[in-house]
Amino acid sequence: MEVILQTLPQVLIDGLALGAIYAVVALGYTMVYGILELINFAHGEVFMTGAFVGTTVLLVMESTGTTAGLPGWAAYLLILVTAMLFTGVLGVGIERVAYRPLRKAPKLISLISAIGVSFVLQDLVRFIAELTTGNYIVSGTTLFDKSLTVPASSAVSWLSDASLKTNTLVIIGVAIVLMIGLDLFVNRTKWGVAMRAVAQDRETAALMSINVNKVIVLTFFIGSALGGATGVLFAQQYGTIDPFIGFILGLKAFTAAVLGGIGNIRGAMFGGLAIGVLEMFASANLGLLTSGSFGAEYKDVFTFLILIFVLILKPEGLFGKALKEKV
Amino acid sequence: MNAMELLPKKLLSRPSAQAVVLIAYALVTAASVHLLTKSVTAFLLLLASLLLLYYTSFSNRTKWAAGAALIFLVIPLATSGGPAYQSYMEVATQSGIYIAMALGLNIVVGFAGLLDLGFVAFFAIGAYTYGIFSTAQANHFIPGDLFPLSGSSFWLFIVIGGFMAALFGVLLGLPVLRVKGDYLAIVTLGFGEIIRIIFNNLEKPVNITNGAMGISSIAPPTAGGYAFTHPNQFYFIVMGLLVLIIFAVGRFEHSRLGRSWKAVRENEIAAQAMGIPLIRTKLTAFAIGASFSGMMGVVFAAKQTFIDPSSFTLLESTTILVMVVLGGMGSVPGVILGAALVTILNLQVLTEVTNWLNQLTLQGVLQVPSALSPSKMQRFIFGAILILMAVFRPNGLIASRNRRVDPPHLTAPAPKAVVSSAVSSGTIRGTKEGGMLR
Repeated sequence: MEVILQTLPQVLIDGLALGAIYAVVALGYTMVYGILELINFAHGEVFMTGAFVGTTVLLVMESTGTTAGLPGWAAYLLILVTAMLFTGVLGVGIERVAYRPLRKAPKLISLISAIGVSFVLQDLVRFIAELTTGNYIVSGTTLFDKSLTVPASSAVSWLSDASLKTNTLVIIGVAIVLMIGLDLFVNRTKWGVAMRAVAQDRETAALMSINVNKVIVLTFFIGSALGGATGVLFAQQYGTIDPFIGFILGLKAFTAAVLGGIGNIRGAMFGGLAIGVLEMFASANLGLLTSGSFGAEYKDVFTFLILIFVLILKPEGLFGKALKEKV
Repeated sequence: MNAMELLPKKLLSRPSAQAVVLIAYALVTAASVHLLTKSVTAFLLLLASLLLLYYTSFSNRTKWAAGAALIFLVIPLATSGGPAYQSYMEVATQSGIYIAMALGLNIVVGFAGLLDLGFVAFFAIGAYTYGIFSTAQANHFIPGDLFPLSGSSFWLFIVIGGFMAALFGVLLGLPVLRVKGDYLAIVTLGFGEIIRIIFNNLEKPVNITNGAMGISSIAPPTAGGYAFTHPNQFYFIVMGLLVLIIFAVGRFEHSRLGRSWKAVRENEIAAQAMGIPLIRTKLTAFAIGASFSGMMGVVFAAKQTFIDPSSFTLLESTTILVMVVLGGMGSVPGVILGAALVTILNLQVLTEVTNWLNQLTLQGVLQVPSALSPSKMQRFIFGAILILMAVFRPNGLIASRNRRVDPPHLTAPAPKAVVSSAVSSGTIRGTKEGGMLR
């Protein structure tokens, strides 16, 4: 028990960093689901593409020597924006090719198409990476890699100190900016109103002279850009990326969206942070709690179990409204 | 249309002419497989005779008999003798395993409309059931040094494996089936991953699955002192099972249960209102679909004699889904065709093309980087198939059809006097054309 308490500061810090990533990816799921009632299976892959685009741009800038004169934050901002633009456009393209023709088709068919997109993207990124670098696992450079120590032990005697990468602060900062920006956009602007109207009732919104297609395109652009930005944050935090990171991460971010109530933007933010902290807690302490029988390798199982329990016990999530199906 | 074009059409609509063409085709392809000892094309053409058989207008009984003759006599005989015998039989055996799994998934996705993305978990359960008990692995957690069981227990384990998979299908279904459509897809996806992670790590606290090392030297099946070890022997086991499964699927599809599945797929609320027990209907779909997969898992374990968690990844689940979607959801002949096509694409076409490209690269004709080698591009190909089928042909290659209703058969049981008077007064004719019978 004492060991668990001692490691708590480190678990919280790592959990919040991971949770911030889940939260922003979850926003993409929740926005698309809110509007189209479709699980965008390819969203995890959009995130992964963002990670690759960001890393590539950074590597290219380094090899051409552009970064030498540039301060770290400017380079960071540059790769963030490039990745966001790229993945935003990618998301719009995915919508156009794979989802729009199926808008009136049964749910099952659009889901199948979404799974297809996710597989195609994985392989496309794999062979582009493999073609250019010879290996699909890519390691980038970290811009903010200084390590800080959080002196938790001096504040409370039974806690131990935690280490903190400066990049963790950047992640949390960027994630907060993105989340607040999105919240303001959805709640305060004209386009945000249109978006919420389409989510509520597409046909009536169309009658109120809202261009539904434009709103859907915009949703995909914003959701995918957020996903791409998170990809960059992820690549900066963990260093190594491969084309298959998006899948499991997407699944967990989806769990976060469901936990917070799918379609609910603030719920997704909360769900992401909660899942991140819980997962880190599980991965640090599962071995201790079960006296060595089940170790950190079960942390994914732990997250999926959360998903299953939420869906069974409270399928509308913590902040969602329960909907009755109409006949 | 002139007479020259009409003549072959007219001729081919006759069963006798079809029989002649089919037999000639089967003989020619069988002979070419036999003579051209390593030609994949000839082998594929021979397999296509089964497809040709499907499109003939013979009675069902004749089709079954002809199909059995092709599968159990013509194909093994034609391929035997050549150096590629075992590799042909391997392809056919693998196709059979995948066809059975695709038929299982077809019950879940195609008939009952429940998208299951973790279907390979049931295959894994079947495989591990046989793997654990037919090796010394089971001694780790069952005291008494009773294991390994001999290969003659294989036949019993086909049933046990199917039963275990069905049990897990029900266990997964009970909590999960209250969840709707796309949520179900995600939960089953998670379930598939959970099973894989558990099998990958369950060597402690009690060593049940031997973890990532897998289970090796699984006992091959024996029957009266005869051991099955080569693909050509497994071919008969798999095809025998497959015939049973296809027969069972046909019976299920047109049973009361099968009709309830389709009703649930079309509209859950309406089905429930018509008195269909929702959970029980879905659970049976899960259980029956899973049991096919479990049985084939047992066969797979015995055939490979080695299993580890890496054979049961999400890519496998998706491959099975691709088979169902490509062939046509809910269409039994379609799913069989889809599964056969995808397996052959995987095992034969992709590897052949890769070898050919490698040769070209060696000769210096063409530079193909290894990143682009077709055998690595399964994800891309399968993904593209899923998108293209969803957008352009959601019903698949052979679309499912409802069974045609035979009008005299329907009107026969009705009371004679009423029908005749109604027909004579002309009131029933309208409903006959437009309403029930279509």
